[in-house]
Amino acid sequence: MTLSNLLTERAAANVDVRRAARTSKLSGGALLAAVVLLAALPYVVFSDVTDTLVNLYVLVALASMWNLLAGFGGLVSVGQQAFVGIGAYSVIALADLGVQPYLAVPLAAVTCVVFAVPTSWLAFRLRGDYFAVGTWVIAEVYRLLVVRVDALGGASGKGLAGLSGLDPVLRGALTYWVALALTLATVGGCYLLLRGRVGLSLMAVRDEETAASAAGIDVTRAKRIVYLVSAAGCGAAGGVITVSSLSVNPDAIFNVQWSAYMIFIVVIGGIGFVEGPLLGAVVFFTLQQLLADYGAWYLVILGAVGIAVARWLPGGLWGLVRDRTGLSLFPVGYYVRSSGHAR
Amino acid sequence: MQWINAVVQGLLLGGLYALFATGLSLMFGVMRIVNLAHGDLAVVASFLALALISGTGLPLWVVIVVTVPLFAVLGYLTQRVLLQGSLSSGPLATLLVTFGLSIVLQNVLLEIFSADTRTLDGGAFATSSFQLAGSITVGWLPLVTFLLACAVLAGIQVFLSRTGLGRMLRASSDDRETANLVGADSRHVYGVATAIAFATVALAGLMFAMRSSFDPATGPSRLIFAFEAVVIGGLGSLWGTLLGGIVLGVTQSLGAQIDPAMTLLAGHLVFLAVLAFRPQGLLAGRTA
Amino acid sequence: MTLLSIRGLTVHHGLLRAVDGLSLEMERGEVLAIIGANGAGKSTLLRALAGLDAPTSGTVHLDGRDITRFPAHRRVSAGIALVPEGRRLFRSLTVEENLLTGAYRGRPGPWSLEAVYELFPWMPDRRRQNAAQLSGGEQQSVAIGRALLSNPDLLLIDELSLGLAPVIVRRIYGALRDIVAAGTTALIVEQDVSQAMRVADRVNCLLEGRSVLAGRPAELSAEQVERAYFGIRDGED
Repeated sequence: MTLSNLLTERAAANVDVRRAARTSKLSGGALLAAVVLLAALPYVVFSDVTDTLVNLYVLVALASMWNLLAGFGGLVSVGQQAFVGIGAYSVIALADLGVQPYLAVPLAAVTCVVFAVPTSWLAFRLRGDYFAVGTWVIAEVYRLLVVRVDALGGASGKGLAGLSGLDPVLRGALTYWVALALTLATVGGCYLLLRGRVGLSLMAVRDEETAASAAGIDVTRAKRIVYLVSAAGCGAAGGVITVSSLSVNPDAIFNVQWSAYMIFIVVIGGIGFVEGPLLGAVVFFTLQQLLADYGAWYLVILGAVGIAVARWLPGGLWGLVRDRTGLSLFPVGYYVRSSGHAR
Repeated sequence: MQWINAVVQGLLLGGLYALFATGLSLMFGVMRIVNLAHGDLAVVASFLALALISGTGLPLWVVIVVTVPLFAVLGYLTQRVLLQGSLSSGPLATLLVTFGLSIVLQNVLLEIFSADTRTLDGGAFATSSFQLAGSITVGWLPLVTFLLACAVLAGIQVFLSRTGLGRMLRASSDDRETANLVGADSRHVYGVATAIAFATVALAGLMFAMRSSFDPATGPSRLIFAFEAVVIGGLGSLWGTLLGGIVLGVTQSLGAQIDPAMTLLAGHLVFLAVLAFRPQGLLAGRTA
Repeated sequence: MTLLSIRGLTVHHGLLRAVDGLSLEMERGEVLAIIGANGAGKSTLLRALAGLDAPTSGTVHLDGRDITRFPAHRRVSAGIALVPEGRRLFRSLTVEENLLTGAYRGRPGPWSLEAVYELFPWMPDRRRQNAAQLSGGEQQSVAIGRALLSNPDLLLIDELSLGLAPVIVRRIYGALRDIVAAGTTALIVEQDVSQAMRVADRVNCLLEGRSVLAGRPAELSAEQVERAYFGIRDGED
């Protein structure tokens, strides 16, 4: 063997590389237990609790997708509502064609990927911050195009077909489980994607794009994958929103408000951490419930908190936790310990 | 004939769009900040004017003359107090801060003024017009707006090319560190750029409010007009911005002739076409 | 009369000590050349003097004033001007506009646009040309002119010869003689040791951020300089 092989082997033998710290393994078990608990909720609590949780799950899913795009892909989009809308309308259209709405949700995700391919080609022609505004414009274009289609309800929106015969309690429970599945899929999907090669490429690009490119990473391809996955996730979330509210309204579903929610949840929770959107969504949700009587002021406070966090606490709340405790529930990095030395 | 009329209307509208776009372009050129609250500032100016008129009974033109310099001061302060710090907090920070500002402004306006749409009453001036060469009708307000926009753009161009401070703004957008090296205080230079941006967008917002209704949620649409004008015209050139504004205005106007519902969409489609086939813009300025 | 006084200056580049407890002094009207291998800390020293990089410890006094905490733009008013490595002209400005940026702070003194045009006679004809279109040597002259227009007491020049033909370098250093004669003190960082020895009154060699050799060019042997430059200690070869 060559000298370089020999040296590399020697070095590797002295070092212990692991994906998860001991704490992560413990927390993994705890998370699993939590998921089982949450899945059992429709049998235990009233439907208004599960209906509220559906909203929380949708927020977590959306925020995770935005975090994937911005925190890991480095693409700050203010236009993901385009795919929320496309996903929602896909479910409406498929339901009209006779597809069972709950099955239409994953199909909506696929539809979004199809639309996301040409969209990404256009959007990627803008760099940096201009990309953000560009995505916003594109979302607007989608809204204006959809509104022109009478079969989809035009400017006033449309109701969802196919669920009216269902018992309300059962419908509530099924919607809840689909929403929970959505959250698990998006958060889990993020985690798995980032642990793999794509994740490694992305983190390399995020840290130093030129060097990553020089190391042979196809930067555009990595970013496009992230964009497509994010679109799919947002689309599925849009589908769940439709299934939950039983109708769609173009001004509401294509509203930049969704981006506002996504962005603030991630910024406050912690951008670039898989745990960030979870923490942020809980904070946001609590704020929303507490300030429910104050109308638009909760958005003002949200905006102000978001500004403050973006300015002074770039790592968000989870970044703070991570710095103080080193805790990682979803480890996407590597732990390197040199064996033979106690750490 | 109707088509020529539409082109003329679009041309005049284009001047206004260019005015909207100037501030956005300037802030990006000098500070590399895309101000997502740009459009909302125009709306804030409109509501402020409304409040001043109903509160003090002053005529509209006085209110305009007061509001625009006020916004310049606000811009300078916003930059020194809020934006300057976020410039060093990482690349995402400024975008997130301006987005937060946008949300805050929209919702504060919503709480104070409610979601009702308003307009600024320009009186007889706003609706009067004259005939030009046959059946082309030119409104006085659009014409004055266009001339005002061109005058402001020319003024800024002179400021940038003839004065020491203007030169420094251009130098800062080329190379901030070297600008510091020759004695420019970045904070002050950025403050001036932001002041100009706020003042121009306030003026544009007020002129627009006289011909078009506004409500707390219309900020983003103004931002989009500004953004599209900048991209169509090309970064780095004030005259490119004017051209971009005119192309956008004419496109919207022609689209409206085909079908009123097509107005905005026509503009968006032209924007996307420029993005697809000539992303550097029609009048690409200095090379990046 | 002492113009510049540096005491115990330490400047970090991340975790690296680029300048390590350096002390030196400069008299008015002299030309001091800092030489040393790559990474010796020469450019970092100039950048710290110009105010671009904040020192970790130590002091800098200019004409008796403590300017250690001054940001870059205040140092120009105080009388320091840096001609940065790589020239760094403003790409979208013309030659004349580039020169005029130097006069931003309006410090009084002998240097005006006319005076700079006299120093570089080829310049007036190209004044309206975009600065990016000039050759390397021409850009270097414009960069020097820009620094001169702030009428500095102390002119810092970083790696003038980088990327330029020796003939051009010699010509530009010829202009330096006139600049110093007009009353400016010059601190130059120079890769080309022989060029530095030719033009400087005193030479200071840096290694790993510390001064390892100082003196007048006439008093230093080539061997001394070589050993200092490469860090060859006595007893080694």
